[in-house]
Amino acid sequence: MAPEAAVFDESSLVAQARLGDTAAFTELTEKYQRNIFRLAQNITQNREDAEDVLQETFLKAYQHLPEFEGLSKFYTWIVRIAVNEALMKLRKRKWDKTVWLDEPVTVGEDSVAREIAVWEDNPEQRYSQEELREILDKAVNGLATPYRTVFALRDMEGLSTEETAHALELSVPAVKSRLLRARLQLRDKLTAFFKKKVEDPFAYL
Amino acid sequence: MLTCKQFLAELSDFLDESLGVAERKQLEDHINACPNCWVIADTTRKTIEVYKCHTPISIPTEIRSRLMKALEKKMAAKRGSTL
Repeated sequence: MAPEAAVFDESSLVAQARLGDTAAFTELTEKYQRNIFRLAQNITQNREDAEDVLQETFLKAYQHLPEFEGLSKFYTWIVRIAVNEALMKLRKRKWDKTVWLDEPVTVGEDSVAREIAVWEDNPEQRYSQEELREILDKAVNGLATPYRTVFALRDMEGLSTEETAHALELSVPAVKSRLLRARLQLRDKLTAFFKKKVEDPFAYL
Repeated sequence: MLTCKQFLAELSDFLDESLGVAERKQLEDHINACPNCWVIADTTRKTIEVYKCHTPISIPTEIRSRLMKALEKKMAAKRGSTL
């Protein structure tokens, strides 16, 4: 058997699924469920909501598969459905006022004072896996929704800038400015945990 | 020579390596001369890496099985309606 036969062939699976092959759609679901669940958790920050978003995403994708024109990748298409579902969840929670992704975001002066400190070479090794997870989750959860969503798509799910813009119905410059802000804010938050420890001359006291 | 503000505005593209040769050179010249921006670039690059390497991709078994059940139900309903 040629090695390429084993490669996951998204477009032929999508074509089969569109013809009514439920096994093909199940395979697509198996392939992407982890990504969609992680993304939903990152946006909603809540496990129950994330599970609802996960189910809604694949049920809607199945329902609307005949409308999928194949202009984007199937994965980008379901990401878009998932983002919409997740944002809807947040809107239902009245306390979140930062949900509207098309709000203008100031790109100018960043009033946050940045801490400039060199990090350890492998800073994550200072912490256990659980501690590290908690540090990383807390930092991401501290970002406002527009930044958190862009960061999750670009740097956690690995979408391109253009795919992220498409999924969020934003312009490319808007995605770029949000991504930059998200990355810089996370860098600031993580610096507190990862910066190089300076030798303390009074440590013996 | 770029100002620090100009450098920061291009930082994401610099780290994503999506700049042309001439622009990249300008940014490299800036960080070679500006220790603060060097630190920001280096620690932002590490920020992105740490999230890439330490973001688990897993789904709890019970959540996965509830998804599959919901999907099967939907598929069965659709089959029923098209028969």
